[in-house]
Parts: sequence; structure tokens; C-alpha cells
Amino acid sequence: MTKIVIVGNGMVSFKFCEKFSSREDYGQYSITIFGEEHLPAYDRVHLSSFFENGTAEDLILAPSKWYQDHGIKLHCGMLVTGIDRYHKRVQTLCGHSESYDILVLATGSHPFVPQIPGVEKQGVFVYRTIEDLEAILEYSKTIDDATILGGGLLGLEAAKATKDMGLNTQVVEFASRLMPRQLDILGSEALQRKMSELGLKIHLSKNTSEILGGDKINGLRFADGTAIDTDMLVISAGIRPRDQIGRECGLTVGPRGGVVVDDHMRTSDPSIYAIGEVALHNGMIYGLVAPGYEMAQVAIDNITGSTTSFNAADMSTKLKLIGVDVASFGDALSSSEDVIPIAFNDPFSGVYKRINISKDKKYLMGGILVGDAESYNLLLQMYKNRMPLPPHPEDLILGARNGAGAGIGLEQMPEQAQICSCENICKSQICKTITSGKAENLGELKEQTKAGTGCGACLPMVKDLMELTLKSMGKEVRNVLCEHFDYTRQELHDILKVKEIKTFQGLLESVGTGDGCEICKPAVASLLASTWNELVTQQATIQDTNDRYLANIQKGGSYSVVPRVPGGEITPDKLIVIGTIAKKYNLYTKITGGQRIDMFGARVDELPEIWEELINAGFESGHAYGKALRTVKSCVGSTWCRYGLHDSVSFAIEVEERYRGLRAPHKLKSAVSGCRRECAEAQSKDFGIIATEVGWNLYVCGNGGANPRHADLLASDIDSNTCIKYIDRFLMFYIKTAEPLNRTATWLNKMEGGIDYLRDVVVNDVLGIGEELEREMQFMVDTYKCEWKEVVNNPALRARFKHFVNRNEPDPTMAFAAMRGQKVPVNWGS
Amino acid sequence: MITRTTTYKTTEAAEVSNWFRAGSVDDFPENGGSCIWYKGLQIAIFNFSTRDKWYACQNLCPHKQQMILSRGIIGSFQGHPKVACPFHKKTFSLETGCNLNGNLEDLAVYPVKVENAYVYVGFSF
Ligand code: SRM
Ligand SMILES: Cc1cc2nc3c(=O)[nH]c(=O)nc-3n(C[C@H](O)[C@H](O)[C@H](O)COP(=O)(O)OP(=O)(O)OC[C@H]3O[C@@H](n4cnc5c(N)ncnc54)[C@H](O)[C@@H]3O)c2cc1C
Ligand code: SF4
Ligand code: FES
Repeated sequence: MTKIVIVGNGMVSFKFCEKFSSREDYGQYSITIFGEEHLPAYDRVHLSSFFENGTAEDLILAPSKWYQDHGIKLHCGMLVTGIDRYHKRVQTLCGHSESYDILVLATGSHPFVPQIPGVEKQGVFVYRTIEDLEAILEYSKTIDDATILGGGLLGLEAAKATKDMGLNTQVVEFASRLMPRQLDILGSEALQRKMSELGLKIHLSKNTSEILGGDKINGLRFADGTAIDTDMLVISAGIRPRDQIGRECGLTVGPRGGVVVDDHMRTSDPSIYAIGEVALHNGMIYGLVAPGYEMAQVAIDNITGSTTSFNAADMSTKLKLIGVDVASFGDALSSSEDVIPIAFNDPFSGVYKRINISKDKKYLMGGILVGDAESYNLLLQMYKNRMPLPPHPEDLILGARNGAGAGIGLEQMPEQAQICSCENICKSQICKTITSGKAENLGELKEQTKAGTGCGACLPMVKDLMELTLKSMGKEVRNVLCEHFDYTRQELHDILKVKEIKTFQGLLESVGTGDGCEICKPAVASLLASTWNELVTQQATIQDTNDRYLANIQKGGSYSVVPRVPGGEITPDKLIVIGTIAKKYNLYTKITGGQRIDMFGARVDELPEIWEELINAGFESGHAYGKALRTVKSCVGSTWCRYGLHDSVSFAIEVEERYRGLRAPHKLKSAVSGCRRECAEAQSKDFGIIATEVGWNLYVCGNGGANPRHADLLASDIDSNTCIKYIDRFLMFYIKTAEPLNRTATWLNKMEGGIDYLRDVVVNDVLGIGEELEREMQFMVDTYKCEWKEVVNNPALRARFKHFVNRNEPDPTMAFAAMRGQKVPVNWGS
Repeated sequence: MITRTTTYKTTEAAEVSNWFRAGSVDDFPENGGSCIWYKGLQIAIFNFSTRDKWYACQNLCPHKQQMILSRGIIGSFQGHPKVACPFHKKTFSLETGCNLNGNLEDLAVYPVKVENAYVYVGFSF
């Protein structure tokens, strides 16, 4: 009979016993366990639920009787203090000594407590055992707020727990991002937003230098000199393997702790094995239970005579309990050249997804899911089993919404099917809450039914069920484009980009249905233009008529011609050219409200000729016809004006030339004023710039027109380069996220968080997309071409400007009358 | 003033007495339209290439009597082919000519056929 002694009775120790005792050859072995804790092994993974239930019983993995029944001698509350490898005996604190043939170290780890002055004060805790939680619970009764030191997996879980106890909770993290081992910066930001929504305050990049207070903690001071008040501190700053007894008896340990094991879980002493969090395999400590279980199996195999090996285990995790979907799997943070990351980031819904695929595009190597981890299990299986990737791997995170997908199967589910197991809510309860009108969105539904308020795992299903039910009631669920695309504009933008789609037809075939229509065609045309900046004339028939003929259609079917006059500055020679052309083609001329000149009444067949003359004289398209940048108005500014602070005309010209031709969800207007008298009316523009003593003030999201809105100040006293940088980001963010035909004012009015959020994105770059937005804008700037120049120089394009296919005559029904010495169209039919 | 009731009248396939050669296939942009002249009338012809179909209707929009429909965007409404007027986005069935989003008069529609890369419109007059 071989006598096995196990030190530690934690989760891995128990799994070892469970597996071992079910073996056929178990009769040849005996097992004795020494556990320091007073309870038999319990489910540490769900430790936090102790706060809800207030009792440890539910957490116990198996009662003492189970050990007895399986012939296992379990000694609780006995700490092993020494190992005598020569005599093969272990020593306990209370003086007991026990011999072994095989020793298994399953001592787990303890929380790492950094040596911060004041760490001994009352109110400072760790978060590892039931006793820790009992102490926290007791202390919490007399206080109002708590701070968690550490924004990792465990810290966030602890934060959620103290928050749920009714304490104001803050999280302090040393690194610049949350869950630094699992998440990249964008993932962390998405998570941070979600945590803030839950009411948790997050401090990143904070190095705690002192714990303040007398006997009791009352605050923290950071190395940067700032401080916060807090009544309690829960330290969750990482784990350290409990390798002390191994170290003292001369087993090899790692430089940063952990008992070194080989692939068979054997330590440097062949009679001693180590498993779970105490074992250092290949330089790694695994702070998760699944690899520990695998280690237990490998140890058993090798103890009983077969040779299996432990392979670098999977560190995939799906965070539970914190109310936010967070998962990371495989090589999640890879920056290696052999993997290609594909990411999807939607700051509005708070979803961030990233997958890393192998360079040959065959396999999934890892990934991160924040805000929506519905696909976690599927992705994990693909990754673990090295399943080949589908032809469009991006579908894995974008979700193929046509045909199969979310919602399938829910209809067939019986009414009594349990949807939320935490709250025991069945399908019919959810459906009834919606059909009775008590809930129209997920928030209300959760409030009414409590479904999805527990671990949150069922939320995706609850959401699908809600959408299905709303749909069956005939309610519009999402702001989808039209009947041909079941996506919002923003989603389509992402799809175009990720899939590199460059044509309407390509998009329709990829994710749409039917033939398209007058709503989706121009909307997609605008998206394509602001993504790839290819000429709109290449897909003329998906454009609204103004974009198709690069001119504004007027009553009677004639068109107007508006050359660009950047900043409203124009030379006498150019004025003469406009006058000469207008006279030659008999066009009505008018100074527009945008500081330029409009020529009305041109026939479609005359347009290329008129533009040819304009271009030869140095003009270019003014995009008066496009959902694009219109004018950047200027006041005369410091060159002439006695009050002028800076040269507003030069800056207006620079801005106009930078963004000319830029396609957007709606038209864009701007202005630059030379001082706060604001003669250019910059505060009524989508983005407006006003000179200050030391630089520029940048205003955004103003509007004249139907619903005037004063612009909001985005940044003040910035230099020209910063101003351009912020405008780049602002415009690109608008282009990417606004719904079709929403001016910036409408877009901001709908934006959650309003101008503060917009400033966070544009100025503070909280989404970390600033550089990307700038890059995308620079691409637009670099690829700008005058559309009219292209048409004028391209005979095939020119040939399209013709009224009849089979006749070289203009439209004979076009008619004009005279007014104040110029022509105007005859009134149109009623 | 020209109105549909006075000037434009649908030709049914069975009534065609004259297949008028309107132009070559290349004269009509893919998934878009162009206008032709026939006995003083303006006819819009659409090359609905995603459906591999051709349609013809009057070029005159009954809303504000504008000669413009050939420059409209074509597409479908619940699977039914349609054209939208560029001026105020009134939409009309390309098959029957009826106004899909209002109570305007129907458009006159005409049969189209393509032979040897030429496009023919059928008229009963
Ligand atoms: C030509 C011009 C009037 C003029 O003779 O002064 C004009 C003409 C038209 N405006 Fe305007 N707007 C003109 C300056 C303005 C201004 C003043 C300005 O830009 O400083 C405004 C208010 C400022 C603003 O936009 O916030 C203005 C607010 C509108 C609106 C309402 C927009 C809104 O957000 O509520 C529309 C309707 C729309 O775009 O949906 C509109 C639409 C139009 C359209 C495009 C209507 C149409 O679809 O036919 C007109 C086209 C005429 C043509 O063929 O050129 N126009 N329009 C001005 C051209 C400026 C230019 O050089 O490009
Ligand atoms: C709050 C919390 C949440 C977690 N959530 C997750 C999760 O979601 N997913 C996940 O995979 N993992 C999670 N973990 C980690 C997981 O619990 C551990 O990976 C797992 O418990 C490790 O098992 P173990 O047996 O190695 O160590 P432990 O479970 O710590 O067991 C070691 C036991 O040995 C005892 N011991 C130590 N030294 C001696 C000695 N000298 N003599 C006698 N007894 C001794 C200890 O008292 C302890 O009871 C979480 C941990 C915590 C604290
Ligand atoms: S804004 Fe100021 S600087 Fe410009 S014209 Fe008006 S008064 Fe002069
Ligand atoms: S003129 Fe055609 S819709 Fe108004």
C-alpha cells in the first residue's frame, strides 16, 4: 500500500481526491490530508457569493463525511510546518508528525500584500478565504466606503462585492489599464466605462505610497501626491505561491516563488509532487482552477505508473459576477508578428471584441471580449481544438446576422424553460413582461423580472428573447438602415472597413437583401466615400441625383454650379472668370449665405463644359451638392481688422483645404472668426474656431437652419496644430458613429454623456482611438481629388451628362422666365 | 402643361405594335436609368442589372410635373422593383407604374426587350 499525504485542502486538493478515489486501483493507496483552514475544501471561485448567502455551507465541495466514506483521513485546521525529506515525514504546527511515501503539495497561494506604510491598520483586508470575507462583512457594518487595491480579475470581483454591500467603492490600479494580464488598452477602456456605469470609481496609474489614519485606516496617499478618503482597503494585488515548506526543505523553487515541477508535476524530489497554485511549471504559476485540475490528473497518472504530461495550460477566463461580460482566451495580448488582430470597438454599446488570427488566416490564436461575451464558448472551442477559421473570420465578432444566429431556437423553447437560473426566471415570465408593456428595453426588463441580474450569463439570451418578442409585437428594435440592411449605419461602417468592401453591390451581397433603395444607396455611398475616398462618379447610380451629376438639381431640372472659394477669399481675376462664364451660359448668379457664388440654371449637358472652363481658371468643385464639407467662412481677421487677434482668413483657408471633399453623414460647415466679436458666426457651425489672445477656441456641433443650436466649447486656447488634430478626431468620430442625415448638432443631442463624453473622446482620448482617427483623416486628406476635374478629363464620364440617349438635344420642356435682369425657372406644376 | 393623362399611356406587352430601338445596352448605366425621345415623349429606361431586368416608364414625375425620373435611384420595396423621384422621393413601381408612397397618378409603363446588345421599347403607337 502506498501512502499519499497531501498538504493543503483547497480546490485542487479536493479534485485530486475525487479523481483518485474513483480509480479502480485506489485500493492500493491511502490518502491523508492536512488542511490549514477549519473547513473542508470549498469553492473559492464562487467565494463572493458568501456575501449574498452569508453562509459557507453552500460553498463546501464535499462534507467531511465524504472523505470518510472514501477512506481519506482529513485533518482540518492543521498547518504543516516542515518536511523531513530524509525520513519522509511531515511536521505540523501542533506537533503531529506523519510519514509518507508520496507527498503532494497543494498549498495554493496567498494574497500578495505590498509593504506600504500603514498596511497593519484596522480595516485593511485581503480576499482569499471565508475567514477574510467574514472579517470584511463584519467591518463593513460600521463604514460607508471601501477601496480595492488592484484592478485585476479578483480586485474587480471584490469591488463588485463591496459595492453590493452598499459601500461606495473605488478601485485603485497601479498599471495603466484594468485586468492588465487579460485585456489590452481598448478592452480595458471598454471595461472601465462599464464599471463606471455600475457606479465604481476607477483610478488607474496610481502608486499607493501610504495608508493613512490612526489605528484605523481613513485614506490612501499616492506617489503623485494625491490622496483619497476611504474607510476600508481590500488588497488584491496578486498572489504569491505558498512555497515556504518546500523552500525550507530544499526543494527547487523559482526566483519569484513557486515550487518547481516538471511536466509530470514532480518537484526536484521525485517523491514529492506539487499541484495547483503552488506549482511553478515552465516558469508559470497558474492562478486559475482549471489548470490546477489538470495538474491533479497528471500527478495521479504519474503516481500510479503512467506517464502523462501537463502542457502549458489555457489561461482563458470569463469573468463572472461583476455585471459585465469580460472574457479573454488564448494568446489575447499578442503583439507578435505571426498573428493578425481583428478588432471591433463600439464605444456606444460598450462592446469591444478582438480576435487574433494566425498569419495564414487559418486558426484562431486568442482574443478578448468585453461587453458582449456571448461568443466566448464558441470562440474558446475553436481556439482550443484548432478548428479552421471560416472564410470571413471577422464574422466571428461582428456576428453574421442573416439566417442563423441569435434568436434561433428561442421560439421553439417551451414556455416554462428556465432562462435565468440565478433568479429562476422562465421564458413566459420574460415574454409576458414585454407583451404587457411593462418593459421595452433590457434595463426595464431586468428591473421588472430580475432576469440577468445574477451572474449575467443569461443576458444575451434574455436580450434575444426580448428582441424576438418586441418583433412579434411589430416593434422596431434597432435603428437599422432600411429593409435591405439589418444594420445601423455605424455597424455598416465597421463591416465595410473590416471586410474591405468598396462597392454597394459588394455590401448588399455580403450582408444585405433585395436590391437596395433610395435610402440605403446614398447612405452607403456616403459611407464608402468617407471610408475609401474613391470618386463618387465610379458608382454614380447609387448616388442621389445631386451627387450623380455633381451639381444641385433645381426646379425645372436645371442645375447649379458652385465653385469652391476657400475662406470666402477671391481675387478680382477669379471674380471676372465667374462673371464671364455666367454670362456665356446665361446663368443666374447670387452670392450665397456661405460666402461664395452660385450660378443657377445650367443644363445637364452644359455642366462639363462650364466646369472645364472653371477648372482651367484654377477653380475646383465646391461640393455644394454633396453631404460633404461646404464652406469654411471667415471674417477678415487680423490682417485688416483693428480688433483682429489672429489671421482668421489664412486659417479658414487652411481648414477648408484640409477637409474639402470630405463626405459625411450630413453636410459640414465651419467658420473662423478673428476675435470674440464673431463676425464669421463660428458658433453656429458644425465646427467653429474663434481667436483668443493666446490661440484658438474650438466650438463644435452648432447648427443654423431649421433647429438652430449654439455650438459647445470643446477646447480653449489651443494652438493651430492642436486645433486641427481635434477637428480631425471630431469629424472622423462623427463620420463613423452618426446616423444618416444627422447633422453634428443632432448627433450630439442624442449622444449619451453629451459634450463631456465627446470631449473625453476627442481631447482626452479615453477610447484610445485618437491616433487612429487622425490617421484615417490624413488618408482622406491625402487622397482628395477634385471630382469635377476627373469628369472633365474623362470622356466616358463626360458622356453621361446628356439628357437623351438617342438625341443630341437638351430637354425641350425646360423653361425660364426673366426677373430683375436675370433668368429664373418657370413655376412648377401643382 | 403636359400631364400623364393627356400624353402618356401604358403599353401592355400584348399591345406592342412597334419595338423601338432605344439604344445600345452600354447607353444605360448598370442599376440606373437614362432617358430617350420617342415621338415627342420622354421615356425613362432602367437597366436593373442586379435582377437582369429592364424597365421603361414615362420620364415625367406626376408630383411636380418634372422631367426627371430617369435620374432617380432604383431599388426594391418588399421585393418589388421601384424608382424614386430625385426631387421629393416619391416612389413608383417599375412593373405597374403605381405610386407606392402616396396617392399620385400611376406612371405609364412600357415593355422592354434586349436583343443583340440593343435595347428595344414596345409601343402600341
Ligand atoms: C445657396 C444657398 C442659399 C443662398 O443662396 O445663400 C443654400 C441653398 C440651399 N440650401 Fe442652404 N443654402 C445656403 C446656405 C445655408 C446656410 C448658411 C450658411 O451655410 O452659413 C444655412 C444655415 C446654416 C446651417 O446649415 O447650419 C443653410 C441651411 C440649410 C438647411 C437646413 C440645415 C439644418 O441643419 O437644419 C438645408 C436643408 C438640408 O440640408 O437638409 C439647406 C439646403 C439647401 C439646399 C441644398 C436645398 C436643396 O436641396 O435644394 C439649397 C440648394 C440650392 C442650390 O442649388 O445651391 N440649407 N443653408 C447657400 C449656399 C451656401 C454655400 O455657399 O454653399
Ligand atoms: C475570490 C476568488 C475568486 C476566484 N475566481 C476564480 C475564477 O473565476 N476562475 C478561476 O479559475 N479561478 C478563480 N480563483 C482562483 C482559484 O480559486 C484558485 O486558482 C484555486 O482555488 C487554486 O486551488 P489550490 O488548491 O491550488 O489552492 P487553494 O484553493 O488556495 O487551496 C490551498 C489550501 O491549502 C491550505 N494550505 C496552505 N499551506 C498549508 C500548509 N502549510 N498546511 C496546511 N494547509 C495549507 C490553504 O489554507 C488552502 O486552504 C478565484 C480565487 C478567489 C480568491
Ligand atoms: S470677428 Fe473680430 S476680427 Fe473678425 S472682423 Fe469681426 S471684429 Fe474684426
Ligand atoms: S417632382 Fe417627383 S417627387 Fe416631387
